[in-house]
Amino acid sequence: MSEIWAGLQAAFWLIVTLDTDLVEITLRSLQVSLTALVIASAIALPFGTWLAIRRFRHRRTVIAILNALMGLPPVVVGLIVYLLLSRSGPFGVFGLLFTPTAMIIAQVIIITPLIASITHQAMRELWAEYHDLLISLNTTKRQRMATLIWDGRRTLLTASLAGFGRAIGEVGAIMIVGGNIDHATRVLTTAIALETGKGDFALALGLGFVLIALALFVNFTIHALSRTEREGRW
Amino acid sequence: MSQMSLSLRDVTVKRRGKTILGPVTLDLPTTGFTIVMGPNGAGKTTLLKVMHGVERLTAGDLTWSAPHEIARQSQAYVFQSPVMLRRTVRQNLAYPLTLQAAPKSEIEAKVRDWAARIGLADALDRPAPRLSGGEKQKLALGRALIRNPQVLFLDEPCANLDGRATREIEALLADAHARGTRIIMTTHDLGQARRLATDVLFLLGGAIHDHGKAASFFARPATSEAQAFLKGDIVE
Repeated sequence: MSEIWAGLQAAFWLIVTLDTDLVEITLRSLQVSLTALVIASAIALPFGTWLAIRRFRHRRTVIAILNALMGLPPVVVGLIVYLLLSRSGPFGVFGLLFTPTAMIIAQVIIITPLIASITHQAMRELWAEYHDLLISLNTTKRQRMATLIWDGRRTLLTASLAGFGRAIGEVGAIMIVGGNIDHATRVLTTAIALETGKGDFALALGLGFVLIALALFVNFTIHALSRTEREGRW
Repeated sequence: MSQMSLSLRDVTVKRRGKTILGPVTLDLPTTGFTIVMGPNGAGKTTLLKVMHGVERLTAGDLTWSAPHEIARQSQAYVFQSPVMLRRTVRQNLAYPLTLQAAPKSEIEAKVRDWAARIGLADALDRPAPRLSGGEKQKLALGRALIRNPQVLFLDEPCANLDGRATREIEALLADAHARGTRIIMTTHDLGQARRLATDVLFLLGGAIHDHGKAASFFARPATSEAQAFLKGDIVE
């Protein structure tokens, strides 16, 4: 209990004094996770919607694979991305290993199936509701997807936020591909792992509280900006 | 004024080996208000969907007197349970026009005009899914008519509506018909059929049992089944 109290105190002082290290790794955490979120959403939202409205051979297999990929072990993703980006790997020439870009790539791989799968579920229901109307209006496939994405945007926001939650709290993959290098690739989760390893539980807890606060802040901000509650009336 | 006539030749629809419709051979002229009648499961909705091109034929031919794309773009369909986009009344009315990339000023003018015609001028910014059943059906009808279709299909548009809402819908339909829109509509309501129809199609077991001018159909139905249906007997 005393450690939790000490952690709260540590978090309080880190924030109040605007600790430079804390600010740096917090901003890096946000930069990496938000970039990964934008890229993953740009892939997953159209793909999940497309999967909901298209009928093709092996569709069920694709959906089953997508759902299975939601449970991708981050450490394995980290290992694969490490091998791909390492000097001897196929993309080693780009020199991306142990950079924030490598961390973003790993996070995109981890959260894309999650966002796509939630999107598919939500869009499938909306498509069932809209199907007759959109077919009757002779809409093109592009128009159908645009309509579903626009009208289902609040659900899709939830899908994206689930992806952000997974990205910001992820540690295994980014530890492997980022290396937890001070002033280069250290983010909140890898810093917490490091401080825990060093036995500095108060600081680790303090960083943990900052991480939770950050996740909540981003969620509330996005909800407020999209006016989810006020317009959640459909 | 509609320029499109429709011809069906031995049209058949089967699902899981069971014949739902047909074989149907039918010619519909460019004008008129056709009411499709028959008991539940007679194939009325399937026939409507076949004509509209959203139901796949198992056999037979369906031909519009216009090229396929033009024919599809010149039709509208109103469902028994109106599908409301999760948008405002204004956005629902505007939707078919935005699909055609119509100019904003034209969309706004038409939306205002149609909102007034369907009695929803004061509800333009209300969420459409929150309207009452009658308001939803009027909105669905306005959304269908806003593109000025040559042919309008309606599947039991007044089912579950009260007398007032039914009267308002019928007034809108009569107006659209008077402006030249070809209307093909299913209904169970004999009174409504008598009020609106210029000709009647009587379906039973997926086949056409009677087709003729409304006056002669109601006065002298051609088949005993149609006769029994008009008398209110249970026909299967």
